[in-house]
Amino acid sequence: MTKQIIFALTLLITLGVFFYTIRRFISFFKFTRPAFPVKDFGKRINVMLKVAFGQTKIFRRPVIGFFHALVFWGFCVIIFGSIEMVIDGLTGTERVLKFLGPVYNIIMASGDIFGLLVAISIIIFLSRRIFFHIKRFDGIEMNKITHIDANIALSIILLLMLSLLSMNTGYIEYKTITGEAVVGLFPVSTFIAGLITNGHAENYKLIYEASWWTHILLIFLFANLLPYSKHFHVFMSIPNVFLSRLDPLGKLPNMDNITREVKLMLNPDTAFTASGSDAPPERFGVKDAEDASWKNYFDSLACTQCGRCTAVCPANITGKKLSPRKVMMDLRARMKEKGPLMVKNGRDFNDNRSLLRDYISEEELWACTTCNACAKECPININHPTLIVDMRRYLVMEEASAPGEIKALFNNIENNGAPWQYSAEDRMLWAKDLEMNFR
Amino acid sequence: METRKIEIPVMADLFARGEKPEYLFWVGCAGAFDDRYKKVVRAFAKILTHLNVSYAVLGKEETCNGDPARRAGNEMLYQMQALQLIEIFRMYEVKKIITICPHCFNIFKNEYPDLGGKYEVINYLQFLNRNIEDGKLSIDQASLNNISVTYHDPCYLGRANDIYEEPRNILKKLTGNLVEMHRNKSYSLCCGAGGAQMFKEAEKGDKEVFMERTEDALKTNAEVIATACPFCMTMLTDGLKYKNKEKEIRNLDIAELIAQSIDL
Repeated sequence: MTKQIIFALTLLITLGVFFYTIRRFISFFKFTRPAFPVKDFGKRINVMLKVAFGQTKIFRRPVIGFFHALVFWGFCVIIFGSIEMVIDGLTGTERVLKFLGPVYNIIMASGDIFGLLVAISIIIFLSRRIFFHIKRFDGIEMNKITHIDANIALSIILLLMLSLLSMNTGYIEYKTITGEAVVGLFPVSTFIAGLITNGHAENYKLIYEASWWTHILLIFLFANLLPYSKHFHVFMSIPNVFLSRLDPLGKLPNMDNITREVKLMLNPDTAFTASGSDAPPERFGVKDAEDASWKNYFDSLACTQCGRCTAVCPANITGKKLSPRKVMMDLRARMKEKGPLMVKNGRDFNDNRSLLRDYISEEELWACTTCNACAKECPININHPTLIVDMRRYLVMEEASAPGEIKALFNNIENNGAPWQYSAEDRMLWAKDLEMNFR
Repeated sequence: METRKIEIPVMADLFARGEKPEYLFWVGCAGAFDDRYKKVVRAFAKILTHLNVSYAVLGKEETCNGDPARRAGNEMLYQMQALQLIEIFRMYEVKKIITICPHCFNIFKNEYPDLGGKYEVINYLQFLNRNIEDGKLSIDQASLNNISVTYHDPCYLGRANDIYEEPRNILKKLTGNLVEMHRNKSYSLCCGAGGAQMFKEAEKGDKEVFMERTEDALKTNAEVIATACPFCMTMLTDGLKYKNKEKEIRNLDIAELIAQSIDL
C-alpha cells in the first residue's frame, strides 16, 4: 500500500508539472496567427502513417536513419510496458496486462528486443556526438548548451533501456529461483540471465524492484524535461506530422488581407460594398514571434535540431549566414522570451526587441533561394521557407526595406511588367525571322 | 524537306478572327528578353508547330506574373500583376496554359487558384513526354550520337511539384547515356537563382551556389548539361564560363535537344 501511495504521489507531481508546462505553451499559442484549417483527416492520417510511423523521411539518410527508426519503433512498443507499469504502480498488481496472453508475449518480447536495439542505437548516437566530428551538429546556432541538451536526452534514453533490461533480467532470475512462472517472453533478458548463474533470490528481487522504480521515475523525469529540451520532439513530432501543410512545397500561402486591398485599388467601386471592419489593420508579414502562425510555432517546438535542413541548404553549404535550423530555433527562443511578457502585459506588449534583427538578420533572410531543400529534408515536415518569405513580406511591405537590386526588380515589374528594364513592345522579338524545317 | 518561315500565333489576332486556340503558350520574361533563353523558346515553338498544336501567345499583352516579387516578399505587387493577368486570361477564355519556366508553372498551378485563376497548367516537359508516349513525337536516339547528358532538376519542377520522371523519360529517348549527378531528383542542389536571387548579388559567403552545382555537373563528365529552367540555364552557363569549360561542355535545354534531334 505504501508503494502505491508513493507511486500515486510521484505520478501526480509528474502530471502536475507537465500540465503546468503545457498550459504555458498553450497560452503562447494563443498569440500566434491562423495558418490553415485542419481538415482532410484521411490525408493527414496517411501522411502520419508514412512520415511519422513509417519514418520515410528519416530514411533519406539511410544508415543513421535506420538507427533512428529502431529507436522510434522501439518507443512505440516499449510504451505498452510503461502503461502497464503505471497501472501496476497505482493498483498494486503485477503485470496486469497478462490477460492478453499471446499478444502480451509478443508485446513484452518485442519491448525486450527493442530495449537492446535502442540502447545500441543510442550508444552510436552518443559516440557520433562525442567522438566524431559531424558537420551538421555544428553551426552558428549550436553551442555548448545545445550539445549538453542533446547528450543529456540521449543519456536518459540509454539509462531507460538499461533499466528496462535489468528489470526484465532481475524478474526472470527471481521467478526462476523461486520456481514461480515467468509471465511474458523476454528473449534478450533471458539470454542475459543465462549468463549469470549464481545469486540469491532476494538480491534479484531487489534488482527487479530497483530497476522498476528507476525505469518509471526516469520516464517521469524525462517527460518533464522534454518540453524544455530539443527532445520535445518525442511528443511533438507525431502531431506535427499530422498537422503538416498539405500543399505542394512550391506553394506560398495567399495573403487575403492584401487581396482585399488590391481588389479595392483595381476596382474602387467595390470600396463601399466591401465589408469594412473596425479592427486595427494587421501587420503584414512576420516581424516577431506573435506574427508567426501557430504552425510555425508548432514547427519550432517540434524541431529537434538535427540539422538535416541546414546540411542541404544551398546558401548554408556555400558559407552564407542562413541556416534553416536557426530560423526554427530562433522562433522558439523568441517565444520563450516574449511569451511570458505577453501573458502578463497583453499581445501588443513591446519589449523593444523582435525576432527580426535581434534573432534573425536581414542578411539571413535574403540569402534564401526558396528551393525547399530544407522542407523536403525535414523528417517531421517542418516548413521553413514560408516563414522566411513571411519575414521578407514584413521587411518589404511594412518597412520598404530590401536590397537595392530587389527594389529595382520591383520597379521594373511595376513599370514595364518584367523583372528587367525591357519594354513590353519588345516581347515578340524572339519570334522574329523564325524558320523551321518541314517534311 | 523544305525550310519555311513560321509566324507565332498571337492571342489578340486569333480572337479578332474569331478563333480560339486550345492552349495559351506562356513565353515568360526570360523567354522574351534573355538572349540565350530566346533560343529555347524558339525551339519549343518549332516543336509546337511540328506537332500542329492549336496554341497562341499573349505577345505584347504578356506581363510578369509576379513570381519574383512574391518570393521577395512583395505580395502587393504580386497580386496586382496576378489579378491583371487573370482578367486577361478571362478575356481570352484561357483554359489550358503551357509554360516552359518552372517558376511560372508553379505560380499558375499552385498560387493563382487562390486568387480565382483556375486553369489546367502544363509544364512543357509533361507536354513533350506525353506526346512522345502517345507516339506523336518520335525521336531517333541515334540522331544525337548517344552523347552523355546529365540533368539538373529545377527546384520548382522537382521538389516543388514532384516532376522528376518526365525529363528523365525524355532524355532516355534522346540518348542512352544519361548520367546522374550525385545530388539528384529530390536531393538536387538549387542553382542559386530561385526566390528572386536571380536578380541580386548573393549574400556574403565562401562560394557561389552555381559554382557548387556546376562542380556537381562536371564530376559526371557529361558532354551536355540539360536544364529545364531559364534561371538554371543562366547560372550553370555562368558556372561553365568561370570553370573555362564552355567550349567542351554545352548547357542545353531539353526542348533544344529535342528540336536538334528531329532536325527542326
